[in-house]
Amino acid sequence: MRVTVKYFAGIRETIGTGSERYDTAAATLGELRDELIALGGDHAEALARGKAVRLALNQTMCDESTALSEGAEVAFFPPVTGG
Amino acid sequence: MINVPRVSIQTADFDVAKEIAALRAQDPRVGAVCSFIGTVRDRTAGTPGAISSMELEHYPGMTEKSIELMIDAAHAKFDIFGTRVIHRVGLLAPLDQIVMVAVTSAHRGESFQACEFLMDYLKTQAPFWKKEQTPEGARWVDARVADDVALAKWGITACNG
Repeated sequence: MRVTVKYFAGIRETIGTGSERYDTAAATLGELRDELIALGGDHAEALARGKAVRLALNQTMCDESTALSEGAEVAFFPPVTGG
Repeated sequence: MINVPRVSIQTADFDVAKEIAALRAQDPRVGAVCSFIGTVRDRTAGTPGAISSMELEHYPGMTEKSIELMIDAAHAKFDIFGTRVIHRVGLLAPLDQIVMVAVTSAHRGESFQACEFLMDYLKTQAPFWKKEQTPEGARWVDARVADDVALAKWGITACNG
């Protein structure tokens, strides 16, 4: 399915873009993260297992077990530091 | 009466007195107004003056949405009348205002608590990221474990790490 993937902060800087359209075979956000890691290069460096990465689906915080849907907006970002 | 939005994400500075006056809105039920203002420091752990500027990035759309939900949670949890949250984004300098949370209620206990609740919630759940400019270069600020602990005292266990 096709999803829009957004990146923020340090993850955005490492990957080199804040947003990309992506065709995925993943069913969950966790599987999508693994697919992106498998791309290697900057994606692997930014999203590596062991790095603290938070997830949102359609602008709501969620976790890796959350299911993907066609046309969804997914976001990967570091722990937040507002306020 | 003009309806002021509950949440504003903006680059512009804000006037706390004007915001509080608007929040009080001539409502004679209000006996207590509590506000918190977060400001930019020129240091973190170390050298005074080390931070020359700070850039605030956010997730447009999700930022407003998530803070609206936090305000809904505050209204469900505490007996409060009105709430206003303003958070700035973009390039800021030491001494600048970053964030304001203001709450009204009949008595002080509820608005004191709701104000702290909203700040603790925002610190761990609102999608903002700070980048500090130091003499050694730019550096993304790390999230603090103490903030997760602060949120947990309200019965919310959401992990930020």
